[in-house]
Amino acid sequence: MPKYMLIMRPQPGAALFSGELPFEEIINLVGAYNEQLMNAGVLVAGEGLADPATGVVVDHTGEKPIVTDGPYGEVHELFNGFYILQVSSQEEAVEWALRMPPAIARGSKTEIRRVTDDSDFAEFEGNEYLEKEKQWRKELGTE
Amino acid sequence: MTDVARRIAAIWRIEGARVVATLARMTGDLGLAEDLAQDAVADALAQWPQSGVPDNPGAWLTAVAKRKAIDGWRRRERLDERHRILARDLQESAEDEWQPIPDDLLRLVFTACHPVLSREAQVALTLRVVAGLTSEEIARMFLVPVATIQQRIVRAKKTLAAAHVPFEVPDPSEWPERLGAVLGVVYLAFTEGYSATSGDRWVRRDLAAEALRLGRVVAELVPREPEVHGLVALMELQSSRFAAREAPDGSPILLADQDRTRWDRAHIARGIAALERGDALGRGRGNYALQASIARCHAVAPSVEETDWDEVVVLYEALGRIAPSPIVELNRAVAVSMATGPANALRIVDRLAADGALRGSHLLPSVRGELLARLGRTEEARAELLAAASLAANEREAAVLRRKAASLAE
Repeated sequence: MPKYMLIMRPQPGAALFSGELPFEEIINLVGAYNEQLMNAGVLVAGEGLADPATGVVVDHTGEKPIVTDGPYGEVHELFNGFYILQVSSQEEAVEWALRMPPAIARGSKTEIRRVTDDSDFAEFEGNEYLEKEKQWRKELGTE
Repeated sequence: MTDVARRIAAIWRIEGARVVATLARMTGDLGLAEDLAQDAVADALAQWPQSGVPDNPGAWLTAVAKRKAIDGWRRRERLDERHRILARDLQESAEDEWQPIPDDLLRLVFTACHPVLSREAQVALTLRVVAGLTSEEIARMFLVPVATIQQRIVRAKKTLAAAHVPFEVPDPSEWPERLGAVLGVVYLAFTEGYSATSGDRWVRRDLAAEALRLGRVVAELVPREPEVHGLVALMELQSSRFAAREAPDGSPILLADQDRTRWDRAHIARGIAALERGDALGRGRGNYALQASIARCHAVAPSVEETDWDEVVVLYEALGRIAPSPIVELNRAVAVSMATGPANALRIVDRLAADGALRGSHLLPSVRGELLARLGRTEEARAELLAAASLAANEREAAVLRRKAASLAE
């Protein structure tokens, strides 16, 4: 069964940053959603990210990379957290994204991307770095 | 499939079980509930391309199916008092907002795995109504014609109706046995995918993954049952070896020869967590949890030599007591050979051979051949390995055994 990453991208004015929702309410809403994912047996991983204002950006778009403080120049680059779901199809991943609690998701965009697996690299079987990567995944516990 | 059809299939994977469970509670008939739900899905396929997908598709499907039930009963109400009452009761509840009851899903699982059904009917019906798979998907994963699965499901529904099986969670007195049946269905689906010796390996992996997903669902339904966590742990730990257990040509790679760097660490971590969750309930380890504990010993060992074989032996002893079987005894012998040497193990295997319980299986001579080889009894070892090769049902396994026999020094 394939895995998909649901990437949360809040837009300007997103409900999550408006301050209108008490933090505990956010915890409860997200928790109830996570519980649905657990009950359905589809949740494989997920993390939230700290306030984007505390982040920095290394900008590779120019001649040389430049390090700038957050917040981002372009708001559409915001990335607030992710889920990895193991589901039957991309359509099912979309359905789960549609079920996010509106109070949390309002004003956000959720991007859905398939996670690559062995089969994507089949024609490079034996590549030195792909072999090393298997070892790294073991050491990192991310396989 | 059209876009809407694919979307409906995805919605069904998420909502299907709860839609069917709600309808089964209302009508008291799982077979009828499934038929009604399928009719509602057909309506959705016809209407949603124009009308768009409703905001709450599960509620839409349930409401449409309910209306169909009422209409069906209306037509019969002049004939039969019981249907008149059912139609009226359902009509009264028809406008309620759709609020699935968590217990309905549990009733659904127990009913689909009811003991009046054959094991293969339980598996087909559970994958159909609980996991939300289509007959086509189930047939593809079990390598049987679609008609076979459809017949199994139709028969299962008829059997439930004929036996007047109530849509209920079993009595506490029946609970252990009935839960055992549910876990047995999940694990059978898993092993069908995991131990497959034929068919597309990706398709079979899908079946194992579906069974694991189903296991996780059941674990959240009965979180106070240690064995359900043992089963999930066992499936997670076995799943961790998928990439390592088969050579590129499809031939099996034995545990001892597997590249452990290819074991999936995320599965192992989830397996260990599930085992600990079961242990934390403080009611001891059952059959699945013991098997999972053995799998954990392997999963955390950096190599065959560094495996805690004493622990594996003890776990097999415990497993052999609560679930005695010649296969468990044979596995214990292998563990004993690693812990204290081949001579002790050979005594266990010889005793098994004398019992004759594994006659006709390649497993006993292959283990015996291995032990004899380690004891330096090369001629006997070769004969046993060749005997095992001639008994192996799978040509790839036979080839592995013949290679092993040939590699023994003269």
